Parts: sequence; C-alpha cells; structure tokens
Amino acid sequence: MSARDRILGKLKAAAPASAGELPDVAAWYAAHRGTESVADKARRFRQCIELAHAEVYSVSRGGWLQKLYEVLSAKQLEQLLVAPGTAHGKRAQEELVPLGIACPAYDQPIEQWKAAMFTATPAAFTAARAAIAETGTLILWPDADEPRLMSLVPPIHIVLLDAATIHNTFYEAMQREGWQQGLPTNALLVSGPSKTADIQQTLAYGAHGPKELVVLLIEENPQ
Amino acid sequence: MSSARTATPRPTDIYFFATCVVDQFFPGAGMDAITLLERQGIRVHFPDEQTCCGQPAYTSGFPDEARKVAAHQLTLFPEAWPVVVPSGSCAGMMKHHYPTLFARDPVRKAQAEALSARVYELTDFLVNVLNFKPEDCGSDCTVVLHTSCSARREMGVHLTGRQLLGDLVKVTVAQQDHESECCGFGGTFSIKQPEISGAMVEDKVKALKATGAERVVSADCGCLMNILGHAAWKDAQEGRSTPSLPGEHIASFLLRRTGGAQ
Amino acid sequence: MSTPQTPHTLHFMPSAGFRARAKDVVENPFLRKSFRGAMDFLMSKRAAQFPDAEELESLRSLGERIRQYNLAKLPTLLEQLEANLTKNGINVHWAETPEEANAIILGICQKHSARLMVKGKSMVSEEIELNHAAEAAGIGALESDMGEYIVQLAHEKPSHIIMPAIHKTKEEIAKLFAENVPGVAYTDNVDALIQIGRNVLRQKFLEADIGLSGVNFAVAETGTLCLVENEGNGRMCTTAPPVHIAITGIEKIVEKLEHVPPLLSLLTRSATGQNISTYFNMISSPRKPGEKDGPNEVHLVLLDNGRSQAYADEQLRKTLQCIRCGACMNHCPVYTRIGGHAYGTTYPGPIGKIISPHMLGLEATATMATASSLCGACGEVCPVKIPIPELLMRLREESFSAPHANPAMRGQGAGYSRLVSAIWRAWAAVYRSPGLYRLATWAGSRFSWLMPANQGAWTTVRTPLKPAPKRLRDMLKERG
Repeated sequence: MSARDRILGKLKAAAPASAGELPDVAAWYAAHRGTESVADKARRFRQCIELAHAEVYSVSRGGWLQKLYEVLSAKQLEQLLVAPGTAHGKRAQEELVPLGIACPAYDQPIEQWKAAMFTATPAAFTAARAAIAETGTLILWPDADEPRLMSLVPPIHIVLLDAATIHNTFYEAMQREGWQQGLPTNALLVSGPSKTADIQQTLAYGAHGPKELVVLLIEENPQ
Repeated sequence: MSSARTATPRPTDIYFFATCVVDQFFPGAGMDAITLLERQGIRVHFPDEQTCCGQPAYTSGFPDEARKVAAHQLTLFPEAWPVVVPSGSCAGMMKHHYPTLFARDPVRKAQAEALSARVYELTDFLVNVLNFKPEDCGSDCTVVLHTSCSARREMGVHLTGRQLLGDLVKVTVAQQDHESECCGFGGTFSIKQPEISGAMVEDKVKALKATGAERVVSADCGCLMNILGHAAWKDAQEGRSTPSLPGEHIASFLLRRTGGAQ
Repeated sequence: MSTPQTPHTLHFMPSAGFRARAKDVVENPFLRKSFRGAMDFLMSKRAAQFPDAEELESLRSLGERIRQYNLAKLPTLLEQLEANLTKNGINVHWAETPEEANAIILGICQKHSARLMVKGKSMVSEEIELNHAAEAAGIGALESDMGEYIVQLAHEKPSHIIMPAIHKTKEEIAKLFAENVPGVAYTDNVDALIQIGRNVLRQKFLEADIGLSGVNFAVAETGTLCLVENEGNGRMCTTAPPVHIAITGIEKIVEKLEHVPPLLSLLTRSATGQNISTYFNMISSPRKPGEKDGPNEVHLVLLDNGRSQAYADEQLRKTLQCIRCGACMNHCPVYTRIGGHAYGTTYPGPIGKIISPHMLGLEATATMATASSLCGACGEVCPVKIPIPELLMRLREESFSAPHANPAMRGQGAGYSRLVSAIWRAWAAVYRSPGLYRLATWAGSRFSWLMPANQGAWTTVRTPLKPAPKRLRDMLKERG
C-alpha cells in the first residue's frame, strides 16, 4: 500500500459523516463590508499602499506616459524593461526610446538572459489587472507577454493601474472576476515594495524583491 | 449575557460556595463576602458538606478524580437559588466545565447544566444581580486590582470588580503594566514549572508595586496566594519587616470601605 | 507503554531538558527584556489591526467554521486537490513520515543533478529537518528568508514560526555577517545588513537548481498553492529556479477559493499586525508553453507526520485548524519568559505544545503540556478559535493516565506515575467525602504550625503556605 493510500485510509476512517453547511463567506462580507464609489475606492487604495511605502501618482488616461517619463527622469533611470506584447508596453517603448530611455523587451525565455535580468535590469514596467481598496493591493496576472519576474527582480517596479478596476475587497475581486473558474499560472497580490522586519523588528525595504514600487493610477479626475 | 443577568430578579436567598482555598487559607475573605451579601438583605446559605469544585484535578489531567469531587458538589444546592462563588476560577469551573465534565452522564449532565445557569462570581453577582453601589466611608487611598485569568477570559467578569472599586469615591484604582497578563499561579503549574511560574509572579509583583498603590485587591484567592506569597518572600529576602505589597480579597476591602460588619 | 522510536529529528531536544533550558533564559535579564519587548511590539501591532471587537469575533467565528468545514471533508478534498493539481501539471507526492518526505525531495533534486536548493520560509521543511538531509546527500540547502538565513548562518533553529531570528539583536547579526559573509565589514545598520543579505541571496536565486517553499493554503477546487510573504524570497524560490518543490502538511487545505480571503485576513493581521502581507502568491501550474519564466516542473509534497493521529480524535482534530500565525506565542506569558528555543521542538509556544506530541510522541513531549498556567491568552487570540487550554488539559490526561489499549496518541501514559495517580485518587477520596474533608482540613488548621518552611518548588520564590487557624466553616459556626 502506498503512503497515499495509508494516509487517505486513516483520514477516511475518521472523517465525520457530514461537514455541515458550506461556510457563508458571502454573508460575512455583505454584513461587514460596504460598497464604495470608484473615487472612494481609489482614495482608500492609495492611502493603504502609500502607508506600505509605495509611490502613487494620479494620472489621466492620456497622461500616464508623461508621468512615467518624469518618474524615470527623477530616478535617473535610463533603462526600463517593458512588455511590447501589451498595449501599454508597446506604447512605452514607442514613446520612451526617442526620449533617450532604453526599453529592452522581455521577449525570450529567462534561461537565455537570467544573469542580465538579475544584474543589469534596474526597472520594469507592467500593468495591474485590478486592485483592492481595503488593503492597498495590486492584482497582477503575469502571462506570456508580461512574465512573472518583471514584477520581482528589477529593483524598481512601475505599475499602471486603472482606478475603474479597483475592487473593495479581495473577496469581491475574486467573485466579480470569477477566479474560481480558473487561475493563471501565477496570480499575485502585491501590496508595496519588498520588505522585512526580521532584524530586531526594524522595518527595512528591498529585502529580495523591488525596493521601490511606483503606481501610475489612471483616474477620470486626476488629483 | 449581561442583559439576561440584569433581568435576574433579586433573590432573597443564595448559596455560598466558599471554595477550598477560602475555607482553609482565606476564611476571613469568605466571612467578609457573606457579611457583604447579608448586608444587602440576602439570606446566605452555606452548605456544610461543600468541599472543592474539583478544578485542581481537572486542570492537572485527572478528570476522573475531578468528576468524583464535582459530582459531590452537584448534590449540595437543591433549591433554585443562585450559587455565589468568591473566585472567578472556581466559578468558571462550575459554570463552564461541569457540563463538559459530565458530558457522558446524562443525569449528571442535566444537573450540571442546571447548576451552571445559576453560578455567579461574587463581583458579577454584586453588580449585575444586586445592583450593589458601594458607598465609601474610608479615607483617600490608592489600590491596584488584579483580575484572574478565569474571571477575565472564562467568566468575562473583568469589568465588575473594576466597577465596584470605581464606585468608591475616595479610592483611586491604579493601572498596572500588562494588567491582563497571568500572575503565574495556574494551580499545579506553579509546582511543576517553578522557574517559569516564578518569573511570571516576579514580573507581576513588580508591575503591581510600580503603581505605588498601597495594596492589591483581587477576587481570586489563588492569585492572591501566589502574589502575596512572592511579595512576602521578596520582603524577607530584602530584610523588610512591613509588607511592601499588602493585599486582600475584594470582599474584605469592599466591606471595610463601606462601614464594616455593622 | 509504546517504545520510543529513534528520534528522526536530529536537532530535536528532549523535553526532559525543558526546565533547565527555560531556567537559563528566565535567569538572563537581557533575554527576558528582549523577548518582552518583541512580544509587546507584536501584540500592539495585532491589537491595532482589530479595532472593532464585534467584527473580530465574527471573523474568528467564520475562520473557525471554514477550517472545521474543510477538515471535516479533508480526505475528499485531498483527492480533489490532487486531481486538480495533476490536471494543472503539478506533481503530487505523499509522505507519511519526515524520512519519506526527505527522500521524495532529494529524489527530485538528484533527478535534476541539483547542487543548490534555495528555500523560502517553510516550517514543514524545518519539521522534517530537510537541510540536514540535503547536506548529507551533498546538496546545498540555503535559507533565503532573512530571518531563516540569519538563523542558518548561526547554526541555530528558528525560535519563532513567523520571526525566526527574534531572539537575536542587530549587534549579534552584525557580528555574524562580518564573520561569515566574505568581504563584509561589521555594520549594525539594519538597512545595510538587509542589503548584505539581499546581495548574497540574489546570486543564489540566479544559480539555484531547485526552489523549495511551504504552502499557506492549498485550494482544492482550482488546484492552487498560496503563499504569504513580505520579502519576495518566496516568489524568487517559486519562480526563478527551473524546479519548484512545495511542501505542506495535509491539513492546510480549503475546498473553495472564497475560503481564502477571510483566512488570509485573519492570518496577516494576527501574525504581524499587517492588513495584508506584501505578497500573496497563487501558483496553479508550471510554466506553460509560450511563457518565458517560472519553473518547468512544480511538485507538491503532502506530509502527514502525525497529523492523521490528531485527525482521528474529534477533540484533538481542532489542533489542525491552525493557520500558523504565531499569535498564540506572541500572547503567551510562558513563551514571553523563555523564548522559542527552550521548547526544543520545531513549533514552539502554545501551538507547539499541542501539535508536537502528534509529531514526536507524548513520550518525548509530555513535559511541554505542563508548562502552561492555562491562562487562556492563546485561545483568546487564536484567529480560528482553537481551544488551546482545553487541548493542553487533554494532553495532560493522555500523558498521566495509566497506559491502556487503543490509545488516542502515540506515547499515551508516558507521564504515568503510580505514586502521582495514587495521590490524586486519595485527594478525590478526601474531597468527595465531606466527613474526610472536614477531618483533614480540621487537622490542617489545628496543626498548621507543622507545615514545613520548605515546601519544595512553591517556596523557591514564595513564603510557605499555612492553613488559617480557623476554617471558614468554624468561623460560621462560632458566629451562630
């Protein structure tokens, strides 16, 4: 008999006849979490993620690229990893290169340029699929065009977020977007730059992931 | 829970379950609690056959022995009167653990549940059933209150002792550091793990003394035995002849502040 | 009594030495102050996250309900999880013992001729002492969580399940780095120390053949492994190396994805007082065709190691509700006095006391259950309402009762003593009989002068106990 059969055998022999009703998660959220306007959610999202040390800039739908350029200039970045297979990545590459920013693309498997990714990639630019107001959280769904390591390895991560996609809670996000129907290879919640308090409970940023997280928040009426 | 308690009609008679610690080590506290209750016009009945709630065996991992002792107590309160206990920890045992202890004995379980419903910790009974508002006859003084873990977490009566002391206009109640932390008694824990228990009571006594209060009061004699025992030991170590932290049961303090036995 | 098995955990320290280890810490004022400060910090952070007592209570009830529901369906959910993970391309392995788990993991390493495994924080990997087994097999196992990295450099074990290096000061860490990391000068600046760790470990993430991680929640309906972390090393371990191996206890499973948000919220708020962790990483498959990064192979090892024993008993099963937040230890007055190492087990504190006996047997852990005043602080803060004090009393009973057939636990009766049992029987005989009680307490009050000044453990820091000259019942009689 395999370990599997032995473990399952022991558990099945002891499992109660009934697990009872499914826990009513929906009722808890209905009773304890309200709904908010897009502007209110954006405000709350911003407040929370700024508390977690992220930089947030409110931008108009047409104006994010200008702000992206300003952020890069302020940080004296001359190179930005982009995903040209996405609309925002393509636009960034098209418009930033003439302004003197090198925009290498993540267009080959990591095995072919792993060392360069780890040692010579100062910043990356991706979009967020959505966000969560309650906790100041970005939802990232990396894919073939915008791979996973973009939001992890470069010391600076710049994210484009549309305020209209902000959900109130994590629960609301997964319900509205039907996540239980299927998840991507890797779905991520990101709520600030990488940090640790493992040395004497002293907070330090940039433990292993990005030291800086910049959010370009697209709003209808930018603040 | 508190609304149900408030709705309890004012009884004319009650049972007093003293606990074995009060009977043997703090009889004065028991007398004072009884006097305090009688002064409210209540007839207090002390079943002479009472011994111990059974908790020492129960928490030490000997439920069979606890059950035997508890079964005896179940028979002592035939009238439907409230059973008042001057200890949060023993009251917690009778109120919350008796029904579990007799889970496999339907007759006794029913008795335990019936008893459980009328068990009250003393300060809870004074405040929520008798609506007792002590009138202070004493002079200015500062005390510090220690609430037992059972009273706080099991009985949820950590506010009633504070309320009673708060009603005494000339008494200031000092606030100690880490107020809700255990004093380190824990029954046989103090014997089985003396180093850890000793460190806990050391910290507790330091925190109580640091308030500058002239005495500690508590509604639990187990904690008092531990706290006062350590304070006295420390006094002896350091050559003090007067206690640096005197203490007493809250019933004794309340009785004295409100004119004594009369 | 069952024969104690050969201890499989090489670093496990027997509970026989518990009191001596506890004493060492208790008598060290520096450590006492340091643990107190750290626990105060964590307690206040948690309290700030739960300003609304009613909401906290209802969320804890929901958390408890979710855990109990999923445990009730555990065998079915494990099969569902296995089927969905397999469908997603993740390999599922089962291990009954630490030895089996290590063999599975090292087998995968050897198949890939791996030389270096980078590890995200995983208490289950500590439980099976994977680092030790890997070393013996010639495979480097490097901890990458900052706290774990520090502890590994110091050849120690974590002293807290969430804050592994909580027992160390920055000065000690500065010295450790200066002595062990090539080319590093002494600095006790925390930012600088973290940068040193970052630089060393980045190189290792780049080189590693295998990434190992734990799992916080495994979702059966979608076949998803969820990981909670702040540093990003967990993401590194699960994304950068070509192979990812996750290991988890069989209990960390939920049926529905919607069970995750309440548990996540309870976990991060209870653990470190964060409304959410920096990263919540949900992995549902290895790299798919066309994707440019992520491991090509993902494995999940499901470990029993005594959990099925706890599962078999309705009361003990509640132990498995745990989501490993560590709030019980942060609020424990005993943990605060002695820190994590004194326990000698992988999991310290209240949760350690109730889970370790299932992993190591009561014969090796019986002392731990007595190291509690049953103050209830752990149960009060537990986000999934595990009745820890009740379980401690149950473990005391299992340990001290006479060995019998079909015990609920390995090592039942390990603490049995004929003498102690006889004392309790005598105690019960006296206290159940009013006559004997009256006689005994009368004698006690009459002859209290006979009470010795030395009352053993009690009088090490307290004055001796003396019965009052008159009992309450005597005073009442006199009053008439």
